[in-house]
Amino acid sequence: MARKKIREYDSKRLLKEHFKRLAGSELALKSAQVTESTDFNELANKEPWLSSSKLVVKPDMLFGKRGKSGLVALNLDLAQVASFVKERLGKEVEMGGCKGPITTFIVEPFIPHDEEFYLNIVSERLGCSISFSECGGIDIEENWDKVKTVFIPTRTTFSADLCAPLVATLPLEIKEKIEDFIKVVYSIFLDLDFTFLEMNPFALVDGKPYPLDMRGELDDTATFKNFKKWGNLEFPMPFGRVMSPAESFIHGLDEKTSASLKFTVLNPKGRIWTMVAGGGASVIYADTVGDLGYASELGNYAEYSGAPNEQEVLQYARVVIDCATAEPDDKKRALVIGGGIANFTDVAATFSGIIRALREKEEKLKAAKMHIYVRRGGPNYQLGLAKMRSLGEEIGIPLEVFGPEATMTGICKQAIDCITASA
Amino acid sequence: MATGQLFSRTTQALFYNYKQLPIQRMLDFDFLCGRETPSVAGIITPGAEGFQKLFFGQEEIAIPVHSAVEAACAAHPTADVFINFASFRSAAASSMAALKQPTIRVVAIIAEGVPESDTKQLIAYAKANNKVVIGPATVGGIQAGAFKIGDTAGTIDNIIQCKLYRPGSVGFVSKSGGMSNEMYNTIARVTDGIYEGIAIGGDVFPGSTLSDHILRFNNIPQVKMMVVLGELGGRDEYSLVEALKQGKVNKPVVAWVSGTCARLFKSEVQFGHAGAKSGGEMESAQAKNEALRDAGAIVPTSFEELEIAIKETFEKLVEDGKTTPVKEITPPQIPEDLSIAIKSGKVRAPTHIVSTISDDRGEEPCYAGVPMSSIVEQGYGVGDVISLLWFKRSLPRYCTHFIEICVMLCADHGPCVSGAHNTIVTARAGKDLVSSLVSGLLTIGPRFGGAIDDAARYFKDAYDKGLTPYEFVESMKKKGIRVPGIGHRIKRGDNRDKRVELLQLYARTNFPSVKYMEYAVEVETYTLSKANNLVMNVDGAIGSLFLDLLAGSGMFSKTEIDEIVEIGYLNGLFVLARSIGLIGHTFDQKRLKQPLYRHPWEDVLYTK
Repeated sequence: MARKKIREYDSKRLLKEHFKRLAGSELALKSAQVTESTDFNELANKEPWLSSSKLVVKPDMLFGKRGKSGLVALNLDLAQVASFVKERLGKEVEMGGCKGPITTFIVEPFIPHDEEFYLNIVSERLGCSISFSECGGIDIEENWDKVKTVFIPTRTTFSADLCAPLVATLPLEIKEKIEDFIKVVYSIFLDLDFTFLEMNPFALVDGKPYPLDMRGELDDTATFKNFKKWGNLEFPMPFGRVMSPAESFIHGLDEKTSASLKFTVLNPKGRIWTMVAGGGASVIYADTVGDLGYASELGNYAEYSGAPNEQEVLQYARVVIDCATAEPDDKKRALVIGGGIANFTDVAATFSGIIRALREKEEKLKAAKMHIYVRRGGPNYQLGLAKMRSLGEEIGIPLEVFGPEATMTGICKQAIDCITASA
Repeated sequence: MATGQLFSRTTQALFYNYKQLPIQRMLDFDFLCGRETPSVAGIITPGAEGFQKLFFGQEEIAIPVHSAVEAACAAHPTADVFINFASFRSAAASSMAALKQPTIRVVAIIAEGVPESDTKQLIAYAKANNKVVIGPATVGGIQAGAFKIGDTAGTIDNIIQCKLYRPGSVGFVSKSGGMSNEMYNTIARVTDGIYEGIAIGGDVFPGSTLSDHILRFNNIPQVKMMVVLGELGGRDEYSLVEALKQGKVNKPVVAWVSGTCARLFKSEVQFGHAGAKSGGEMESAQAKNEALRDAGAIVPTSFEELEIAIKETFEKLVEDGKTTPVKEITPPQIPEDLSIAIKSGKVRAPTHIVSTISDDRGEEPCYAGVPMSSIVEQGYGVGDVISLLWFKRSLPRYCTHFIEICVMLCADHGPCVSGAHNTIVTARAGKDLVSSLVSGLLTIGPRFGGAIDDAARYFKDAYDKGLTPYEFVESMKKKGIRVPGIGHRIKRGDNRDKRVELLQLYARTNFPSVKYMEYAVEVETYTLSKANNLVMNVDGAIGSLFLDLLAGSGMFSKTEIDEIVEIGYLNGLFVLARSIGLIGHTFDQKRLKQPLYRHPWEDVLYTK
């Protein structure tokens, strides 16, 4: 787990809640979330400003450039917002090469404003960099030369001196306000374990900073420290990542265990499927199939690690085999059960889950003309490999087994040779 | 980041959060390398002190356990490596505590999932104080023939296979801990082996970076070439590119960045490691491989080719006379652990304990083969559980109900009997529940409560021998033994013990046979003729009726019945029952906040 993007609604909610706690003053920020399950009457009761002010509505789906893509509607009343949402909810859009349905919107008061400021904080290895510009908004990239950046090393106080280069050119009457705002936002950034935060733009409303657009990323490994501060928070899938039922099932398993179980289908009709132990090794197996020129035949990316128990491995392997054997087409397929030389995972124990799944799915494997290639080392590997070998003989599926004497990715080449050999 | 060698053959570590296996693996490695001192000087487990027993070769050694980082560092001032096996929740705090100790130079953090902001604190502190952090989310590292962190390099077989018991001339650094072990194997296959290998961990911001270690390796004369295994995501590899471009590295570097497959994924993908995330073009494996190649590293075209690139680079060093052949040694044999040897069927060992009544090894505990779920689902009572655990069989309901009646009848007999009195006195002395309970239980014996067994024994013996009540009572009198189960302090022939009547009524209604009880009644009739207080008491009733239960249920052989009577089962019934009352008395006294009991002088006859 790692850095996770959160919705704009949540970024703003966290900013507002904790601004009050850390700065002692209220941020006039208002926003509401709209999804499929939203009842507009109920929402209007809870957030009375929705009925009394002009509104802005936009998708809240972790993608940017919404204004440039015509997905932002300004100066609407609530009924117009409802119909804007109704027209687009569940509709598929394409953003940056990723397609997906829009499921969540954010609604806010329409704020007419003159200046647009840009603020960005990024967590880096030795500290945080803070960037600020007086020329924010949708043309920020064209005005990149006007963006000023300072670096705040870890364990250093964000002093006025450090902040000075950011605000040096601001008019005196707003300079102090903006400096204070940046400082509070930075303290929220640290306090809530943000790893990335961007406001593009924020404006001044009644002389007070008001973020119009905001993006945030949190470090989800810090959940155990922050579950109270973060409140009811969801980490949505990246836009365009729509999980198939098989993928969601594995995702669910992964969330419930201390082990790591990952599964992504790349090509449902692919003829090389992988089930690889270890975070590092799994990537290399997928690489190798691609580097050898057969990326188009690669069915999936799959990784299991962190010593999952036999039951978890069994459930996991069932799903991988089901996907790998779907739609048999009378052509040979290959299943690569790979892995490096484990440091401490008991190979025989994890293999017994895979073996149970293979035995259960014997018919499907045969129907799909599956050839299985196994390579693994580590504690108790001799026993694990021996069990695999005897399984091959028992169920009569072509199954080749290698230990640490063979190279790790040698079986990728064999899998490719298998599927390309004339049937 | 420091300059050269981090470890040596005398390096000692402190190990935080005791884990038996990784420490034993470290000590086995030490033995394999012929180290004279174990590499783990002390263990820190919050809240614990004392020693842990572990093997150093054939010998068992005791490694001191400390409850705090500070105390451990003070006790072992020469230990300068801190190996942190704390969970992701507490790893950061304990690592910071270790970094703050002047004696600690290197901290290795194993946990995966340490918050980024916490790691950044550690990085900043280590940088300012010239210390080295390895990890988080790593298996650690190894200096061949000298020192190994935790689980690094896996099993002893693998360590021997990879010749890690003696130094080679390759410095290796990777993000992935799993892949580091794979690479030790690969490198041993095509070179003279590893000199030092470090896995920096898969996090976004590792405590020390690929280039930190490469620059360090560059300063170690024994390292002749370096191998780097990077990963997509992050920009760490670029600091290595910079170092190469600036000419800071003058030994050959073979490098490969994995993750070329990321372009196959349509949306953003998080791979197995936190840091391995497909981001911008700069962070892609392709771009990094390209940049490393441009900067002068030897970069193959695929991972498959990496082994060949390492081989060729090493062969060139040999040709140029830049390496000297390593002196091969035969490492000593590590004695195999008993558990592993048994598992593999090589040895057998006798057990030291036998148990037949219960088994907790399966999905749920079983009492005499009956799983807990059926006990609950079939509505079994305490009597059934007693019959399973004491008699190892399911007795008919009338029997188990009888047992329950006995337990209920014997649960308490007021505060004045010796057991309850002792319990009350103990509870009032401020002792805990268990002390108060056992001080009462300890009074149970021949004079208090122990008569059930004796009653059963004598009644059974007399009945089985066919003695008439007259013969039985008179023979006892001759031996000077009072008939157990007969006689009461208050009850009389015309005022029977209500409990005895209840038991007899239940048995007459439910038992198939009550021959022992009838015999006991005949004995009572005879003793009553001698004195009005020689009535059957509750011990006599339970003792005789239990004989009827055992004989009449048809579920026990004669030998079994003899054994049950012999080893004191019935006394067990009294102990169990009375514990209920004694626990009650303890709670009662504590609830009433009764002060220490002191017996009054007036109540003692002081005499010579």
